Amino acid sequence: MARSPRIGVLALQGAFREHARALRRAGADVVEVRRPEQLDGLDGLVIPGGESTTIAKLAAGYGLDEAIRAFERPVFGTCAGMILVDRAHLGLADLEVDRNAYGRQVASFEADLELGDGEAPFRGVFIRAPRVRDVGAGVEVLAELGGEPVLLRDGRVLVAAFHPELTDDLRVHERFLELVTEATSVRA
Amino acid sequence: MAEIGTLRVKTGLAEMLKGGVIMDVVDAEQARIAEEAGACAVMALERVPADIRRDGGVARMSDPQKVKEIQEAVSIPVMAKCRIGHFVEAQILEALEVDYIDESEVLTPADLEHHVDKHAFTVPFVCGCTNLGEALRRIAEGAAMIRTKGEAGTGDIVNAVTHMRAVFGAIRQLQGLREEELYAAAKEHRAPYELVRWVAENERLPVVTFTAGGIATPADAALCMQLGADGVFVGSGIFKSGDPDRRAKAIVEATTHFDDAKILAEVSAGLGEPMVGISASTLPEAERLEVRGW
Repeated sequence: MARSPRIGVLALQGAFREHARALRRAGADVVEVRRPEQLDGLDGLVIPGGESTTIAKLAAGYGLDEAIRAFERPVFGTCAGMILVDRAHLGLADLEVDRNAYGRQVASFEADLELGDGEAPFRGVFIRAPRVRDVGAGVEVLAELGGEPVLLRDGRVLVAAFHPELTDDLRVHERFLELVTEATSVRA
Repeated sequence: MAEIGTLRVKTGLAEMLKGGVIMDVVDAEQARIAEEAGACAVMALERVPADIRRDGGVARMSDPQKVKEIQEAVSIPVMAKCRIGHFVEAQILEALEVDYIDESEVLTPADLEHHVDKHAFTVPFVCGCTNLGEALRRIAEGAAMIRTKGEAGTGDIVNAVTHMRAVFGAIRQLQGLREEELYAAAKEHRAPYELVRWVAENERLPVVTFTAGGIATPADAALCMQLGADGVFVGSGIFKSGDPDRRAKAIVEATTHFDDAKILAEVSAGLGEPMVGISASTLPEAERLEVRGW
């Protein structure tokens, strides 16, 4: 590849530093995004975990929500980020998502997930995690837990109900960077 | 197999709160105002610190009924305070399924030597500190999040700044120490050697570190963030001010845009009266909350 992909991480609130660290380890250049003009020139955007109500309010305040709706490159949403890209929020992924659907913090958990890549399971960290209630026809399920989808792809949008940024396993971030590379080569 | 209550799950929720504002609330109405303003969590307590200071008496865990009403009113995480060493208040708060317990010096201590054994709980704990050694002792006991104490209920930021400088300064001083010097440093900080060594290698505390105590303005919040805090707790500063809704929202924006002076100027304008405040340096020893914790 000619140059490293340039990935923005929405840095309004939440676990943005951990995503930045994982993306850098996976070979990306990382930019923190707090204002709409910072989306210019990015090859992809990560919307991290955090409090979805807080992130949504902060994004609306400076017109960042409209700018993200208009952003045409790949997007990766984890936990709160998965909620923010769903039908009821930014509408980037054809999903209906329930917030905090596993219960309060005492029910937060870790579990092994099969990524279907023939490798060892991926340790999924679920914190006050959301649950996917409905999936559109074009959405691909990449991993499940107890028969429910927890890692999904809708075209250029990747979503996870868990937190790959809280483990040292880079496979999910690498999967997102593959989407970015595909999208960039199509554009070129 | 799914595993609950792991250290990663406990510290992980604190990671999700970073860059946010956790607001003290005494009832469901205040909790709704906090959520609407963009708080990343609320802290349920019986009285805000300024009122505890004014009224005196023994300050205890919130009435469970109030905690439940607050949990029903908002979807963001709900934290609650227990007294230092009062592990039964902690058991009750865990049974109520609060999202985090603050073992807090703001309440009247229940034990003058021991803190709660926080490893024994599924629910995570946040604890206060005034220096690095105190932070590491709390982490050794199982705290999954740390906040510097400041001086709660004063509206005076000076002690928060002192405590942050003490913690972050001591972390910087550990850099470059030789192996044998780290043992001496552990003794000096009265903290476990393994944790001192971890901090020396990683240049930070092993858990998320917020600031509390005395934050009354958006500028105070941004000051804490620029000094290295991961986020802020605001107690009396919001609901003891003239216009809590606007001030709460302004403090949330200042915490996100902490290094953008133009936005800080914008959000700081026209907020009405801040809480009146008490200069922390005029407090008699018996009224200083920061000295509670061992």
